[in-house]
Amino acid sequence: MIGTQWILVGIIALCNTAGDVMNTAGMKRQGEVEEFSLRSLGRMIRRIFRNPLVIGGIGAMGVSFFAFLSLLSIADVSFAVPATAISYVLETLLAKYILKEDVDVRRWGAAALVACGVVLLQW
Amino acid sequence: MRETSTHKSRNQVLIIVVILSSVTGNVILGHGMRQTGTIISASPLDYVKAFANPWTVAGVLILLVWMSTNLALLSRADLSFVLPVTAIGNVLVALAAHFGLGEEISPLRWLGIMAITFGVVLAERTPSRTTEVRPEKAP
Repeated sequence: MIGTQWILVGIIALCNTAGDVMNTAGMKRQGEVEEFSLRSLGRMIRRIFRNPLVIGGIGAMGVSFFAFLSLLSIADVSFAVPATAISYVLETLLAKYILKEDVDVRRWGAAALVACGVVLLQW
Repeated sequence: MRETSTHKSRNQVLIIVVILSSVTGNVILGHGMRQTGTIISASPLDYVKAFANPWTVAGVLILLVWMSTNLALLSRADLSFVLPVTAIGNVLVALAAHFGLGEEISPLRWLGIMAITFGVVLAERTPSRTTEVRPEKAP
């Protein structure tokens, strides 16, 4: 039997990954935000309402967020955080193959080090 | 593709805001959630009830700032760059707990702090964007 906590871990990792990939694709399509004034961020947010990729991405992040809150209420942080560290590697894979980013050896190294570090931090 | 120094320094400003809002938002939200207690429910109402806590509300508001600045950052930089670079937030939380709350850091946790820091430095050395740039269209 797979415990409830592992089902939640799966939901969190998958939704987080899908959310980040959709947000990145959607924001790249929308174009670079060049200034960080409130006006320019407000325009970015208004345009997001007409951007289905980012709306879907935020929805996925929302599901992941509530699943994470549920996980924290039944499991320790020292289980919850490391179990979801796998999404660093998963997202880097999708960044390379779906978003077509140039993931060189330094970025692979960074993703692996961060994932291991996040696990070790909870020890 | 060479990255201009303005593009890079603007990204660095965004990265700092993303990291700080993520760390403070999560810590404050965590505090509120611990006061609320266990929620594992299919009913959205149970989640809505959690919002009666002011810490939870403040945490969510700060996380909305995190969400919008993170989206602005993703419009300018690669996901495979943003993810490792913003992971330094994990290190800040551990160090704040150590120096602020006197929480013990075991040798393995120090190793984790070093691994993340090294990962961040590695990613920071790559160009922040490797995909085609499309400037923001007029509204």
